[in-house]
Amino acid sequence: MKFLLGALVLVGFAAAAPLFVHLEYFYFAGFVVLQFIVLATAWNILGGFAGYVNFGTGAFFAVGAYSAVALYKAVQLPLGLQILAGAAAAGLLGFLVGLLTLRLRGIFFSIATIAITIILETVVMNWHYVGGAKGLPILRPTEMPLYFTNYTQWLFLVMTIIAVLAVAMARYIQVGWIGRGLRAIRDNEGAAECSGVPTLKLKLAAASISGALMGAAGAPFAQYLSFIEPSSAFSLNYAVNALAMPIIGGTAHWIGPVLGAILLGTVQQVVTVTISSEMNVLVVGVMLVVFVVGAPEGILGLWKRYVLKKGTP
Amino acid sequence: MALELEILGIHAGYGAVRALQGVSMQVRDGETVALLGTNGNGKSTLMKCVMGNVRPTSGQILLKLDGVPHDLTRLSTEEIVGLGVALVPEGRRLFPRLTVEENLLLGAFRREARPHIAKNLELCYETFSVLKERRRQLAGSMSGGQQQMLAIARALMSSPKLLLVDEPSVGLSPLLVSNTVTMIKQLKEKHGLTVLMAEQNFHQAIRIADRGYLIVHGEIVFEGRTVEELEHNDMVKNYYLGTA
Repeated sequence: MKFLLGALVLVGFAAAAPLFVHLEYFYFAGFVVLQFIVLATAWNILGGFAGYVNFGTGAFFAVGAYSAVALYKAVQLPLGLQILAGAAAAGLLGFLVGLLTLRLRGIFFSIATIAITIILETVVMNWHYVGGAKGLPILRPTEMPLYFTNYTQWLFLVMTIIAVLAVAMARYIQVGWIGRGLRAIRDNEGAAECSGVPTLKLKLAAASISGALMGAAGAPFAQYLSFIEPSSAFSLNYAVNALAMPIIGGTAHWIGPVLGAILLGTVQQVVTVTISSEMNVLVVGVMLVVFVVGAPEGILGLWKRYVLKKGTP
Repeated sequence: MALELEILGIHAGYGAVRALQGVSMQVRDGETVALLGTNGNGKSTLMKCVMGNVRPTSGQILLKLDGVPHDLTRLSTEEIVGLGVALVPEGRRLFPRLTVEENLLLGAFRREARPHIAKNLELCYETFSVLKERRRQLAGSMSGGQQQMLAIARALMSSPKLLLVDEPSVGLSPLLVSNTVTMIKQLKEKHGLTVLMAEQNFHQAIRIADRGYLIVHGEIVFEGRTVEELEHNDMVKNYYLGTA
């Protein structure tokens, strides 16, 4: 109930923001932070709950983005349907990656996801319809939706809705049987199987949902930049961030990736503006090291230890 | 419900290593059958074959429920658990970073078991009061004996009819082994279970077994129709007790 209320307040704020926030940069930066909330939350469903570390966030993100671009170019598909199509395509990729977990665990699974990213990037580089390696400029729709006068503000609202849905999904998974089953897989997959936990079905579900959410986050990407090209859509930065944010926030709870994304996403925006965009990556790296060494259970772990005064066992 | 487990000439292995070579055995309704053998003779592999974790290369494992045979070699582990088979794995294999209660709930993951969760949970807590006291504690932080209790309780959460117990004595002190074995006997009587127990501790195993098999190098070398037959068999003495 509290969650629903919070979600409504957030979406309401995003919808009403154009009335009182006129600074264009706010929407640009906010969009990126929200996008990272979706990516981090999605990553955590497979990586945090089930313990399968996915290094291919960039692939899912780009599959979402390019599905949207291809359909937009072909039939001028409206944004809502672009997002659904991007989520469906990335969800299908997630299903295939889920099948990999049949044979690959641990580090081998992670390496396979990097390989998938590289293969797909090469494919898109040679796909001329969507611009190939040199990219494709996107003309945003000229008609503004609803009461909006600025397309970036509209994208900000759309991304807020996606983020709220993604977090709601992660929360639903975490508290129910699916989450319990995924945690069992993380702790001891063999034992989970022996206990009658349908491990393959759960892994496929987690990988598909995780992939679909990443695809949904990627779908508005080209509209946001008015341009798309493979090396930025498939960027390793997405993989690193989607992994660093839940680890910094805490992987045990749905709020962890949200906290991590807000913290790291905001710091990166500030650093980009004040120092340089190259420093971004360094910030992620340094913070990741600091947290892994100093607070292995992330912000949530610190909260538990110092605010709730519960020892971490 | 009448239950019978019939294993017919199964062969199984890992790559080039052959762990089981034509093993046949039977467990009838209400029995406690001991599968005796020292380390590395195929006891755990046999258990894994019954659970569907290891696929035999040939042979059949039939679970007859009221005369209806189910070939377990063709079913997935979840389906096998669904038929009422539960395993207490070797070395316990709990979920160490989950709480005691979550471990128990995971034993009742299959849909058929969920309506009986409240009843089964209460039963487990009644039988193992230490688990109730520690239900919010992480399973990995408990002592070996408590973890063994939890492993047994987790298996019972699915309301099984056939309980497979793989080496309950591993890593426990002699007193705890004795307690665990007694516990299995009590639970068996209370819940009307059929039990197949793999064990290398001969004297503990035959305390509760009705009869048993001796497995050596992946083959059943002796079938004892009574405990006395096992105790007085030369092969058991020779291969197993080292007193021939």
